[in-house]
Amino acid sequence: MSVQTGRNRVGKNLLIHLLLILGALVMVAPFVWMILTSLKTLGESTQVPPVIWPTSLQWENYTHIFEMLPFYDFYWNTILTTVVKVVGQVFLCSLAAYAFARIEFPGRNALFIVFLSVLMVPGQVFLLPQFLIMKELGWLNTLTALIVPGLFSAFGTFLLRQFFMSLPKELEEAAKLDGCNHFQIYWRIMLPLAKPGLIALAIFVALWSWNDLMWPLIVNSTPDKMTLSAGLAYLTGEHTNMTNYPILMAGSVLAIWPMIIVFIFLQKHFVEGITLTGSK
Amino acid sequence: MSSQLQPEVHAAARPKPAKPLNRMKRSDWLWAYLMIAPTLLGLGLFYIWPVVQTIYLSFTKWGGFGKYKWTGVDNYVLLFQDPNLWIALKNTLIYTVLAVPASIAISILIAVLLNQKIKGISFYRTLYFLPVVTMAAAVAMVWRWLYNADYGLINYLLGTVGIQGPRWISDPDIALYAVIIVAVWSSIGYNMVIFLAGLQGIPRSYYEAAEIDGAGPVRMFFTITLPLLTPSIFFVSITSLIGAFQVFDLIYLMIGKLGNPAAESTQTVAYLFFTNGFESGNGGYAAAVAVVLLVLILIVTAIQMKMQKKWVHYD
Repeated sequence: MSVQTGRNRVGKNLLIHLLLILGALVMVAPFVWMILTSLKTLGESTQVPPVIWPTSLQWENYTHIFEMLPFYDFYWNTILTTVVKVVGQVFLCSLAAYAFARIEFPGRNALFIVFLSVLMVPGQVFLLPQFLIMKELGWLNTLTALIVPGLFSAFGTFLLRQFFMSLPKELEEAAKLDGCNHFQIYWRIMLPLAKPGLIALAIFVALWSWNDLMWPLIVNSTPDKMTLSAGLAYLTGEHTNMTNYPILMAGSVLAIWPMIIVFIFLQKHFVEGITLTGSK
Repeated sequence: MSSQLQPEVHAAARPKPAKPLNRMKRSDWLWAYLMIAPTLLGLGLFYIWPVVQTIYLSFTKWGGFGKYKWTGVDNYVLLFQDPNLWIALKNTLIYTVLAVPASIAISILIAVLLNQKIKGISFYRTLYFLPVVTMAAAVAMVWRWLYNADYGLINYLLGTVGIQGPRWISDPDIALYAVIIVAVWSSIGYNMVIFLAGLQGIPRSYYEAAEIDGAGPVRMFFTITLPLLTPSIFFVSITSLIGAFQVFDLIYLMIGKLGNPAAESTQTVAYLFFTNGFESGNGGYAAAVAVVLLVLILIVTAIQMKMQKKWVHYD
């Protein structure tokens, strides 16, 4: 009896692994093909039947893309935008979230409903006026335009408020009796306690900022002010209309590896962050 | 949720400090307003005011040099007579109806497989999650290459088993479905993580009890797993629907450029908004499209909230 179930279990586990590996192949194959193509010559990439392994690795494709486009600028613009947005949004949202979660003040519910209603509105409804504001301020084709609207977030405030509300109040009460003001309580007690929430928000902001397409496409049209995402789109757009796939794939690899590395190292926090939003 | 109620109890039980209450309250309020002010001002300027302005702009027509004049409901009249709107609505609907359930079904299946006490969960999770952290611009590029009718890997593989592959992204009848496949592929990892968390919240004892009653795995899935997973399914379907209604990136990147013959028949509402607002300078018209999209999303979300009571089980 027990031998039977043991054998069944092994068989069942094998079947599960088989299905999961099959699925994983579908998920990973495009990335493998991207890397392989990025190391081929143009001739190799268009051979039928396809060449799987490049005969000699064409690392020149990677240097070539830096000659064609201001790729260093793309990196710098993307990194700077992402870092400033992450730090700025996490700080500003956590400030507001603390007040919503921990202080009673007149108009709190009304203001919170205003914040929530922003969450319901699709991005397209903001875009035209946002663009006009950027134009008015003379911020088009600057990094300021990429950064500033992304410093404020109803989602971030909501997420952190929920997180703050789940924290115990005891430490805070003690600090209050010791004469700490609200900023001190926020800074010294709440922020350290809320680290998982802050990291979750930081990861979301980083991911969205790094991969965002429409906003960078709209506000910055000169290549040296583009992000990686907009730059890649530009590469296949009407101006350049590149069809040299080995070089396009090299560009793609260059654009996506930093986020993949960040993900692999912070995987636990990614999962926790998603779970956090999923359980609210 | 219980934590929302507790603080009041604590505050009431605690002896009031000797300080004059009013002054303390005032300073509390001041701190609250100070802490909310930056985000409130930013949201006001960049998000709340733009909603009002978009609604206003939808009643205007744009001329050259950034001037616009009030034209009443003209944009809406034109819009509802515009065949492009109806194509866009139809495509957005097809996209939503196919991509959202497909992604949810596959994600649940994978989450259930991963939840079977097997080894290597984090290894599989990493692989399934890769598309989620990859920017749409790169995803679109590699899939365009895979879909390429002449040199693409997919049509080559289909050819080896004797199938003549279609022109995936330039055939107007196929292109939308080609994009849907990519959209599902890139969303599975994210949804799977939410479902896996939901599954881990289901007590093992439920399954053990069912096993004693002689229930097989399929029956257990439909009588235990699926009902108890409905809160996660509800959350994922609300957020995915809102996202699907705004689908733009993949459509724009894979099809909408370069005079692709499939571009017109594959446009979506958000794509129609983008091309009018930022490529052909019809800002007022684009604003009307955005308002239609807003109304659609509000209606669909409201319907889902109402329906929720009928199928979502909360303990």
